[in-house]
Amino acid sequence: MDQHREAYREEAREILSELETALLKLEETPDDRELIARVFRAMHTIKGSGAMFGFDAIAAFTHEIETVYDRVREGKIPVTPDLVSLTLLACDQIGKMLGEEPADTAAQGKILAAFREKLAGAPPAVKTAAGQSEIAPSPESREASLVSYRIQFRPGKDLFATGTNPILLLDELRALGPHRVTARTDLIPLLPELEPEACYLYWDVILATTKGGDAIQDVFIFVADACELKIDVISDAEAALEGVGDAKPPGASPAERGGPREALLSQELSESGADLALTERQPTLGARQEKAAASSIRVAADKLDVLVNLVGELVTVQARLSQKASAGADADLVSIAEVVERLTAELRDNTMDIRMLPIGSLFSKFSRLVRDLSGQLGKEVVMTTEGADTELDKTIIERLNDPLVHLIRNSIDHGIEPPQARTAKGKQSQGTVHLSAFHSGASVLIQVRDDGAGLDKERIREKAVEKRLIADHAVLSDKEIFSLIFLPGFSTSRTVSNVSGRGVGMDVVKRGITAMQGSIEIASAKDEGTTITLKLPLTLAIIDGLLVRVGDACFILPLSSIDECVELTRQDVANSHGKNLAMIRGEIVPYLRLRQRFGIEGEPPPIEQIVTFQTDGQRVGLVVDQVVGEHQTVIKSLGRFYGGVDEVSGATILGDGNVALILDLPKLVQKAETAETTMHTHRRAH
Amino acid sequence: MPKTILTADDSASVRQMVSFTLREAGYDVVEAVDGLDALDKLNGSTVNMLITDLNMPNLDGIELIRQMRAQPQFKFMPIIMLTTESQDSKKQEGRAAGATGWIVKPFKPEQLVAVAKKVLG
Repeated sequence: MDQHREAYREEAREILSELETALLKLEETPDDRELIARVFRAMHTIKGSGAMFGFDAIAAFTHEIETVYDRVREGKIPVTPDLVSLTLLACDQIGKMLGEEPADTAAQGKILAAFREKLAGAPPAVKTAAGQSEIAPSPESREASLVSYRIQFRPGKDLFATGTNPILLLDELRALGPHRVTARTDLIPLLPELEPEACYLYWDVILATTKGGDAIQDVFIFVADACELKIDVISDAEAALEGVGDAKPPGASPAERGGPREALLSQELSESGADLALTERQPTLGARQEKAAASSIRVAADKLDVLVNLVGELVTVQARLSQKASAGADADLVSIAEVVERLTAELRDNTMDIRMLPIGSLFSKFSRLVRDLSGQLGKEVVMTTEGADTELDKTIIERLNDPLVHLIRNSIDHGIEPPQARTAKGKQSQGTVHLSAFHSGASVLIQVRDDGAGLDKERIREKAVEKRLIADHAVLSDKEIFSLIFLPGFSTSRTVSNVSGRGVGMDVVKRGITAMQGSIEIASAKDEGTTITLKLPLTLAIIDGLLVRVGDACFILPLSSIDECVELTRQDVANSHGKNLAMIRGEIVPYLRLRQRFGIEGEPPPIEQIVTFQTDGQRVGLVVDQVVGEHQTVIKSLGRFYGGVDEVSGATILGDGNVALILDLPKLVQKAETAETTMHTHRRAH
Repeated sequence: MPKTILTADDSASVRQMVSFTLREAGYDVVEAVDGLDALDKLNGSTVNMLITDLNMPNLDGIELIRQMRAQPQFKFMPIIMLTTESQDSKKQEGRAAGATGWIVKPFKPEQLVAVAKKVLG
């Protein structure tokens, strides 16, 4: 500290000599504002620094003179020769005080009295208490007892413009004692209205401290003008409810620390008049909801669609970049392309993840359906669910609603027996419909399981024969019999009820699922129940495709439905005697020629490729010129002009800028079959 | 890495005291003799916080704050002004210009450190 005192002395002496010069000049030009300001600044510095380095007498003395010059600066006291000579006297006095000579209090008093006289002649000014710093902690005011406060801190929007970091303020608050801070996010606007430099957050803090309310005020001293601050003392009981205070000191076990959140929620609910008991029954739910509210923002769905589209474009451009890079010999470009590829893949996955919604929201809609239906049909049915948090693309969830409604209706109407029948069979009178969802590779499996009567194989068979869907002596496996119910116009229900049984159910379900690149399977056992499994892709916007080439045209086949690719030589074609059949692993597989189907001109290469896939439980091959390989396919819709083209489900843009059509394989086969049948009929007619 | 504080004051003793105290507290300190010098030094080095006097020749504290807030890189920097009890109107002016907080002169070293901790962390 001594070195600082010495530094101050030196500085003060310099200032004093400057001050003398300034004062003498001022006497000649009493209206020079710059000179007045210089004098004021000099007094100000002597006073301010003096107090800091322990020259309290100088500070007190100079304070009075500074006050007079403040008035002079404001033009309220004129500069007179009298004032100047008085100030010069004061300067000499300050110089003496610096030298630590015995204090000449009499002389000081005389000078000060003269200055006060000057001040008294001028209009009074508001004077704040001298000496004490505002932020000085005053130990006397500290209270020894622990008091709980509820602090609401709502900063103005322009908080950041003053360089204030609210986290530091909260940290400071937290240092005062056991606390709980809740950030409120409800004022954050949607992105278009959001000003990135504005502060939309506000905080509620429960704090138990021994430092007293002043200490809390001190934390917010710099922002007090620019924020709404409410500090209320709350009772210990309230504090205990909030989980802060004596009952739960900081460092309590995690379970205890979980307490405040629920407690606060219940407190909020009780404030809003809700039943406290309700929240006690569902504490975990409450906690989860609050967590979700604090950590998520709502975004309009079409913004996500735009984002997905952009990512799609990016994936396309990235494919071009990779292609270009691998074609050239520039090692740098290749490594850049690889990084871009990795980043794009990550971005794509993250964007797709944003679109994912838990299927639980859909499940919960059905419990009402089950309740209403079972009442209507006089059956006792409960619905249980599993894997409600399994996530699926939001488009798929939306499109799953109708198929699932059909399946659940079928289960209750056809599957589950009336209570008496169930008791007769030795089952519980109450039936169960179990909905479950779980991941399986890149797909999600959704099961609708009931413990009802199961599918009646004989009746299905009878019905199919009756409707001439199968020959009456056909030998069918269980799976094949079950798949009959997906045929259009098939219904085994004896009486048509208004719930189901109009024969439009299952084929509509199947169509809906296959349109989403999904598949459907049935397993059933008599009197044990039926399980229907839907297999769906995670997302519809980007799929893994197999890129194939016919002539100059490229096509994408959904990779998930492809079994294998094998070669088809001219010899193989010759061996099959003009029929479109190929022998693949001992199995006869009918195939379609894509070249023929789409009327692509030109000669096929000597060795073609057959891509095989399953449709309607049958293996079918598709003949193409060349299998290029896997392709990350961003699905683009073709627009309404192509609405009538069923074989094509969309299009994608390839790395080289070409367009490739995405084929709907089941539709392609179906169309080809119809075309062939009509052709045969025509031939027969001629 | 220690944070850097720029102190702008025309009084050498105040600068010395501020520097000494903040260095003791673990900060790096850059000194400037007035507002113009401060602007000069801000643009030459990485500064995390400014402590400025209000009454300075050439460019005073208020104007310094104003000019800094107009520049994107200093828009959110904590700025503490040194005021005296007789300058309440100055304090308001400083707030309006964008100062984060203030220290009332005279102050004790531990108060200075407390304020630095408060706004800079």
